[in-house]
Amino acid sequence: MGDVLGIVAKRLGLGLLTLLIISALIFIAVELLPGDIAQAVLGQGATESNLAAKRAELGLNDPAPVRYLRWLGGAVTGDFGVSLVSSESVTEAITPRFKNTLFLALYAAAIAVPIAIGLGVLVALFRNSLFDRVANVLTLTSISSPEFFLGYILILYFSVNTGWFPSIAKVDPDMGMAERLERTFLPALTLVLVVVAHMMRMTRAAIINLLASPYIEMARLKGTPAWKVIVKHALPNSWAPIINVVALNLAYLITGVVLVEVVFVYPGIGQLLVDSVSKRDFPIVQACCLIFAATFILLNLAADIGSILTNPRLRHPK
Amino acid sequence: MTDASEHKDLLLKIRDLRIEGYSDESWVEIVHGINLDLHRGEVLGLIGESGAGKSTIGLAAMGFTRDGCRISGGSVNFDGIELTKQSKRDLRKLRGVRIAYVAQSAAASFNPAHKLIDQHTEAPVHYNVKSRVDSQEDAKELYEKLRLPNPQEIGFRYPHQVSGGQLQRAMTAMAMACRPDLIIFDEPTTALDVTTQIEVLAAIRDIVEQFNTAAIYITHDLAVVAQMADRIKVLLKGDEVEEADTATMLSSPQEEYTKSLWAVRSFRKPQKSRPEASSSEPPVVSVDGVDASYGKLKVLNDVSFDVYRGMTVAVVGESGSGKSTTARCITGLLPPTKGTIRFNGQELPSSYKNRTTDQLRQAQMIYQMADTALNPRIKICDIIGRPAQFYSGLNGAPLKTRVEELLDLIELEPSQYYNRYPPELSGGQKQRIGIARALAAEPSFIICDEVTSALDQLVAEGILKLLDRLQSTLDLAYMFITHDLATVRSIADEVVVMKEGRVVEQGPKDTMFTPPHHDYTDLLLSSVPEMDPNWLTQLLEERGV
Repeated sequence: MGDVLGIVAKRLGLGLLTLLIISALIFIAVELLPGDIAQAVLGQGATESNLAAKRAELGLNDPAPVRYLRWLGGAVTGDFGVSLVSSESVTEAITPRFKNTLFLALYAAAIAVPIAIGLGVLVALFRNSLFDRVANVLTLTSISSPEFFLGYILILYFSVNTGWFPSIAKVDPDMGMAERLERTFLPALTLVLVVVAHMMRMTRAAIINLLASPYIEMARLKGTPAWKVIVKHALPNSWAPIINVVALNLAYLITGVVLVEVVFVYPGIGQLLVDSVSKRDFPIVQACCLIFAATFILLNLAADIGSILTNPRLRHPK
Repeated sequence: MTDASEHKDLLLKIRDLRIEGYSDESWVEIVHGINLDLHRGEVLGLIGESGAGKSTIGLAAMGFTRDGCRISGGSVNFDGIELTKQSKRDLRKLRGVRIAYVAQSAAASFNPAHKLIDQHTEAPVHYNVKSRVDSQEDAKELYEKLRLPNPQEIGFRYPHQVSGGQLQRAMTAMAMACRPDLIIFDEPTTALDVTTQIEVLAAIRDIVEQFNTAAIYITHDLAVVAQMADRIKVLLKGDEVEEADTATMLSSPQEEYTKSLWAVRSFRKPQKSRPEASSSEPPVVSVDGVDASYGKLKVLNDVSFDVYRGMTVAVVGESGSGKSTTARCITGLLPPTKGTIRFNGQELPSSYKNRTTDQLRQAQMIYQMADTALNPRIKICDIIGRPAQFYSGLNGAPLKTRVEELLDLIELEPSQYYNRYPPELSGGQKQRIGIARALAAEPSFIICDEVTSALDQLVAEGILKLLDRLQSTLDLAYMFITHDLATVRSIADEVVVMKEGRVVEQGPKDTMFTPPHHDYTDLLLSSVPEMDPNWLTQLLEERGV
């Protein structure tokens, strides 16, 4: 296990380094945006002296590297500065939104991952059968449709026509769990439809890829039934690619859901980001980007560790 | 379906078995009407080259065909049960309980994700032959019978934690788990070193005798089958050539093909000796006190030997003894941590990166797996043409002439092969292309790394003869890496024996093959199976096992 810890520590270090580089990239990208921040905040009617005062207040007159280090120093301690528009703390503005996004992502993942892997195992077992083809066509259709379109279709059938679920996923912090799950069911279902195909197809491919292995033939020659060959002999050896694609989709569920949030009017971090870009609220934009980057890095790290832990050669060294 | 006139202990009766394989969008017959009888407790050897249909027939005896194959005719009758007419479910049960299989590479055939003993108990538990606990106890007993070290514990390890020879015995134990009536052994020792092979052969033979299990023993190695089988059936391209009991088959084979198989091992080239001490000619390659390591792991320890012009030095040893690593040091792929490599008396830079084009040209390599050593998407003319262009600066028409010359040299008709791709060629032809690629650089020294071990005996013999002819015409020096002592006998002038990264003994072939030997050389030499059916028994008695 010492080896494994060493590898994990190394990956973690690399992840932090990547995050540092990304933070610089984010800062530079925001710097490159056209327009004057003070002007954007104060509006067209501001006088030259007002603008100068605002710039001084925001520290915009300092050279860029100094401002970057100041921002980075704050970010490390959890202080992302103050919103330019509302003057409230960025951390406070983001936290409830991010919690909502995480909740929706976990909700969708809790449904999608078991379905995807279960279906993947089934289509691998009945490969090239009618069931395999139908499952493939359905999941491919759902992944190929734009998510806002899927969202509106679901609203049409499950909300407008039947009234089973609310079409607007408005949540507030005091809401009970059951109500929250019901309100957010349609956005979660939309996301499930978007991510299931990818994970299912990877599970199928990873398993089928192994079916030509000598140990699979050996299992068949021992009289092992087909389902057991797949579940007991192929699946344990195909975790690495499956875990990777699951992590990739989880990252998408956190960082790529802005359209779904808009369709269902869900107060998530994606909407906040888009709003802040249009209002030039740069501290919030930077913080959101950094959180997204950290999410990607963390999930990839988790996938790496997962792959290592499912490899018996690394888990049980000689 | 029992026939009163048959032996009452007849276990397996195959009649007119035909198997088809799917290739190029149509079904092609690959086994053409084979008959086979096997009695209880009897061992039948199936031998033949690759493509003879040995494994296909072996698997058909379990009612199993690989993907892309089907049984198209004939009958496979196992103890009164017609396997070709059974449901999948019944067949599975038969395979789990009454017919077992031992695969060629145990390392690849054990599932890396599960402990050995869990794989052992899978079939007996699934088919309610034994409870998990009983089956585990039984596994430990079998491990002990098969002389595995630490039989109480070894089952709880994962496959990668156990050596190849041990895995092969564990797989034999697994096959015995339900005490089957029939076991198919599919080249169970081909992937093992000779010294390990002995232990596995002895273990298999003992246990088969002890439980009176019938077996089909598939191999391409005649000497091995001579030790194991009561009867031998020779196959060629899906047809039976002949069948007889082992002693008869060895002493008086009837068919030409069988005789040619028997004769392969007789190729000998005359042994050359080093130039007189008075001549000042330095060796082409001189390895002097070389140490090397992979990371912290030291793999070579003070390795020294010389290769003279026009001579073949065979480097022998088991896997992991440092043979290929030595080759990597000579070519500069792995810079030694100590010692020097000299070429015609001149010291070479340790890494290939610092060597001149001419220094690189002098030493070329031919690899074991021609399949993977040739890029499948590059034409033969480019594979051979590229080094000719790189080292000799040839282009256009002269380059084409040179490639054709090289194809002539390796006995492949230039007009036929010039524009083809490697996957269109047979294994032996691919290996010839590998040789031509090495020759294209006009080297004075070639490293042959197990170049014949992936080939059938007849094809391998052709390659050895070609290499021998090229050596005399081009005055080449060879370093011949092999674990096969029969190859050493036929082609070597000098022999270097390696073990655990050290040279344990070296000298001219004649001296090396005549006693007294170093202990380890003796172990290696005596472990090479001989055609005498009593060889294994005698050897085990001598060793006091």
